[in-house]
Amino acid sequence: MTKIFETPLYPYAKSADQSGDTPARHKVIVVGAGPVGLAAAIDLAQQGIEVLVLDDNTKVSFGSRAICFAKRTLEIADRLGVGESLVDKGVQWNLGKVFFGDRKVYDFNLLPEAGHKRPAFINLQQYHFEHDFVKRVRALEAEGAPIEIRGGNKVTAIADKGDHVALTVQTPDGPYQIEADWLIACDGANSPSRQILGLDFVGRVFEDNFLIADVVMEADFPTERWFWFDPPFNKGQSALLHKQPDGVWRIDLQLGWDIDKEKEKKPENVIPRLKAMLGEDVKFELEWVSIYTFQCRRMEKFRHGRVLFAGDSAHQVSPFGARGANSGLQDIDNLIWKLKAVIDGTAPDALLDTYDVERIHGADENILNSSRSTDFITPKSKVSRLFRNAVLDLAEHHAFARPIVNSGRLSVPCTYDSSPLNGPDALVDAPLRARPGSPCPDAPYGTGFLLDHLGGDFVVLGINTQVPEMLVLDGITLRGMSIMAADDPDGLIANRYLGDAQSGVYLIRPDQHVAARWPTFDETAMQQALRKACAKD
Amino acid sequence: MTTFNSAPNLTRPDDFYAALIDAHEGLTDDESAALNARLILCLANQIGDVDLLKDIILAAKAQPAA
Repeated sequence: MTKIFETPLYPYAKSADQSGDTPARHKVIVVGAGPVGLAAAIDLAQQGIEVLVLDDNTKVSFGSRAICFAKRTLEIADRLGVGESLVDKGVQWNLGKVFFGDRKVYDFNLLPEAGHKRPAFINLQQYHFEHDFVKRVRALEAEGAPIEIRGGNKVTAIADKGDHVALTVQTPDGPYQIEADWLIACDGANSPSRQILGLDFVGRVFEDNFLIADVVMEADFPTERWFWFDPPFNKGQSALLHKQPDGVWRIDLQLGWDIDKEKEKKPENVIPRLKAMLGEDVKFELEWVSIYTFQCRRMEKFRHGRVLFAGDSAHQVSPFGARGANSGLQDIDNLIWKLKAVIDGTAPDALLDTYDVERIHGADENILNSSRSTDFITPKSKVSRLFRNAVLDLAEHHAFARPIVNSGRLSVPCTYDSSPLNGPDALVDAPLRARPGSPCPDAPYGTGFLLDHLGGDFVVLGINTQVPEMLVLDGITLRGMSIMAADDPDGLIANRYLGDAQSGVYLIRPDQHVAARWPTFDETAMQQALRKACAKD
Repeated sequence: MTTFNSAPNLTRPDDFYAALIDAHEGLTDDESAALNARLILCLANQIGDVDLLKDIILAAKAQPAA
């Protein structure tokens, strides 16, 4: 059987742009057709902005790579029309077990809060994720949306000309010139775009190697996340076992620093390690093996004039916590509505500078969390190991030590506290979780869910109070939604947005983050908050 | 915020000190180090307030070496 990551999904085909006399001009060019680049392109095309995706490859990613997609990513995917197929295919899990040496020290249940459309996480191979996104691109193309992917197109030169960006693209038919009003570089941790522009990427290298293997097996392991500290089959190191769809299991084995990578990757060396872990009698087939080291680092700025970096090209974290692809999707969620507003002329160019402010805040939070996980999993000194082991020993018998165990703090969306776009938090007694800067909490609404009704545009949300159905302020159209108790079947909208307040009015950004909130509707206050949310003041 | 209390607070200082030393009786250096680590973690949980704990860590670090 041919696997989906072996089939060219966007094979090279010569484009008319390659034979024109003058370079063709596109509105937006996205470099890289990974999860982040595809999300950017879909988001733009859905909103009617012409976008061209260039990728030097022609296939989805090889091997599982990113496997853990968080709730916020699924909510963003819902807005992009892909959420349902991801969740249908993905594996859901809530239980985790932590082992230390040869014994289980405790297990935990993520116990996701009730009343959300999407689960806390799904496990899904990156190639399935990308495949679903490519299918969505094809569907948009078929509907006539302005979107195109060109495989076998490698960007070799980038020049910011002030009012546009000029690119040289290498293809099997030779190079051609092309231009874009805006360029979004989503070309991964080794971003050629970043290197072409000679931009910095600084941070901390962790001296460690991890063997990751996708193993196909019919085994009785339950759908749980198992994490080992210092297991008997990998002494002094760590290991992770996680289930993916199609009977594929993901195994991560820490190997230490002084190893011969090429030798360790060979099946004759990998298989005995896996047998020691899974048991001699377990039948399995090795689908993919890779060895990686990682770094925690970011660019100093993600915006460079008309070139915008998103995902791993802008920031890189350790894999613990699933903060790579998930944060890349949040970058796109944050960036695209701003870019659209600037392109449409409804917001000043300065709005794009707030992409830097907000997503650098997000990247720093992710780098901090994933560095701390790494320091716990791989103690860097004798005393650090001493305390790590003491925490694990205590965790077996004492609940208090369990929250200190850190095998990855799983990705949650960033709250943009102190963002320059945040307006007033004037709703007294309302829950902190919905304060300005927060991602909107989901809740049942009517027979569906609230988040499906937010996003894409600015929304004025009235809870237990009437707001206008439509407003045009400063040339921006706002949709109004008035939610009364009858539409709030479980009372969870009131619980999550009002708390002890009687009524509330929220200004919600197109990326489903809260911009401001008040007890009642006031058009002047709304207009001021909208101007702030668009960086007009 | 509660800060590091440098005034005497132990009900029976000699009893505490003896219990601490007795706990290490017969342990190797590695076992003693592990016990100390567990002890610090248990005590930290008892205190609970991380800002106070950071203040206590600073106070302990500020002690000049003999």
